[in-house]
Amino acid sequence: MILRLLASLALSAFAPLLWAGEVLTGEVQRQPMNVSAIAMFVVFVGATLCITYWASKKNNSASDYYAAGGKITGLQNGLAIAGDYMSAASFLGISALVYTSGYDGLIYSIGFLVGWPVILFLMAERLRNLGKYTFADVASYRLKQMPIRTVAASGSLVVVAFYLIAQMVGAGKLIQLLFGLDYYVAVVLVGVLMMLYVLFGGMLATTWVQIIKAVMLLSGASFMALMVMKHVNFDFAALFSEAIKVHPKGEAIMSPGGLVKDPVSAISLGLALMFGTAGLPHILMRFFTVSDAKEARKSVFYATGFIGYFYILTFIIGFGAIVLVSTNSVFKDAAGALLGGNNMAAIHLANAVGGSLFLGFISAVAFATILAVVAGLTLAGATAVSHDLYASVYKKGKTNDRDEIRVSKITTIGLGVLAVALGIMFEKQNIAFMVGLAFSIAASCNFPVLFLSMFWKNLTTRGAMVGGWLGLVTAVTLMILGPTVWVQVLGHAQAIFPYEYPALFSMAIAFAGIWFFSITDTSASAAAERARFLPQFVRSQTGLGSSGAVAH
Amino acid sequence: MNDSVYERILENPRFHELVAKRSRFAWLLSAAMLGLYLVFILLIAFAPQLLGVRISPDSVITWGIPLGVGLILSAFILTGIYVYRANGEFDSLNKAILDEVQP
Repeated sequence: MILRLLASLALSAFAPLLWAGEVLTGEVQRQPMNVSAIAMFVVFVGATLCITYWASKKNNSASDYYAAGGKITGLQNGLAIAGDYMSAASFLGISALVYTSGYDGLIYSIGFLVGWPVILFLMAERLRNLGKYTFADVASYRLKQMPIRTVAASGSLVVVAFYLIAQMVGAGKLIQLLFGLDYYVAVVLVGVLMMLYVLFGGMLATTWVQIIKAVMLLSGASFMALMVMKHVNFDFAALFSEAIKVHPKGEAIMSPGGLVKDPVSAISLGLALMFGTAGLPHILMRFFTVSDAKEARKSVFYATGFIGYFYILTFIIGFGAIVLVSTNSVFKDAAGALLGGNNMAAIHLANAVGGSLFLGFISAVAFATILAVVAGLTLAGATAVSHDLYASVYKKGKTNDRDEIRVSKITTIGLGVLAVALGIMFEKQNIAFMVGLAFSIAASCNFPVLFLSMFWKNLTTRGAMVGGWLGLVTAVTLMILGPTVWVQVLGHAQAIFPYEYPALFSMAIAFAGIWFFSITDTSASAAAERARFLPQFVRSQTGLGSSGAVAH
Repeated sequence: MNDSVYERILENPRFHELVAKRSRFAWLLSAAMLGLYLVFILLIAFAPQLLGVRISPDSVITWGIPLGVGLILSAFILTGIYVYRANGEFDSLNKAILDEVQP
């Protein structure tokens, strides 16, 4: 019973990702060239490049480049955070899940949402008050710069790399599906555009690309939901009863179904998702783009609202697809399956309610979504290299903004080339697990170090360093020894580590390691670090001396 | 920032009042959010049929729908409550504390 409970607890948290992952994998069939989609996408790219040009004129300092000068408002940042969360995969994946299983889709969206209020209550204002450009600023606030920044930057880079691979491969496949473009063309196009945004526009352009995309996605989804509701005369009961009539599962789509496979893996990934969100470098960076703790709190409030609204829309869209798409033979192949797979449910619905022009719009939105997310990731990776590794570790803080930004731009080009190369290398691989792995590492390395540095007085450099590395290495090692890599990729018969996701174990090891190596640290520097907790605590609570507060 | 400013804040009883109030409120709301979510999950794990009960005999809508949508709304409302109090009451207390030490 307990296992079943824990398993469903975890499942409800991670399942959107698993399903969302489906869209990124499996065989996709290249579709005929979609002209209106390409035209709309060109308009989007043109507009975002204009913004990038505008942003490049405003980027003068490192603060402009990394944190948009701290001038993003709470509402704008809320939209940008929501944009980071509402990926193409979650839009298509969750509506597909509602299309196939009904109510279960709602359960999964909820699991994804409940982490956000907790991030607001416990972390948002402390992060804003302590940090400047990266979460390593916060983690290393009272500890030794070199070792802590090295572990934080390594954690960030590994997370960014895995996340980028997942996005690039997903982008290639999705674009093949939606636009009828060649896989390589799609991957190179995404790589080049994201480099342009980040190189010339920095955080300001990256944020605005994300905001525009969030608005487009929310408007498109609202329109679809509205048309669905209009079809049933704005009567939810009519929508549900029509859906029950045509769905093969009948009334079962109105209540939870069961899907538990392996409880330990499920719990593990559930943990990874809940705490991984609070350790993702590109999400954490967004807390430094607003002026103060007040705006940081507002951002999470707006973000939670937009994400919640979006999940309610996908629920209506999924039911709309049952009513309007599953009953229409135009969208099905000879065997009665949906053209392009179940993940195309929302795309077909766009066609059903808005014709080919609206279909083009939604396809362009899906592409824009991927671009916005990879740009944010690349900026986070480049900042980890230039601000943490180059400026603080290699140059020991003795550098200037110009050199730091130059290093950041060189890294951006490097990351862009790497992302394209990895995207092509991993084309045929199953990459659904990579987002889960990225979350697992964020939860096992970045999150424990960051969280304890803000909440636990006795944390020392030695503890944070040993525990952080232990978490990172354990997560990666267990992942390699697990069924996905050891069996599916490397072709061994039996996995050494039986579970797919390592977070349950690697998080425990990280926390235990940090605890043990901190409390046993009796050195003088450890005592000094503990003494610095109180001033840090005052600043984290009041914002005294924080970079944003000074600018006022 | 020199150390004496931090010490003066640490000695200020209003600072401790702020920290105590805000932490209690933050943990309370976190517990409320996770508690609501836990109840929902308990229902799914142990009594999924309850969520499948119709809200009235002649409606196809089940209890699970308003509960699920309600949970999404409660996440939004709880963040709203926190932001309202933190950006109002707590921030003015915070400002008063800072004004005392840096004129």
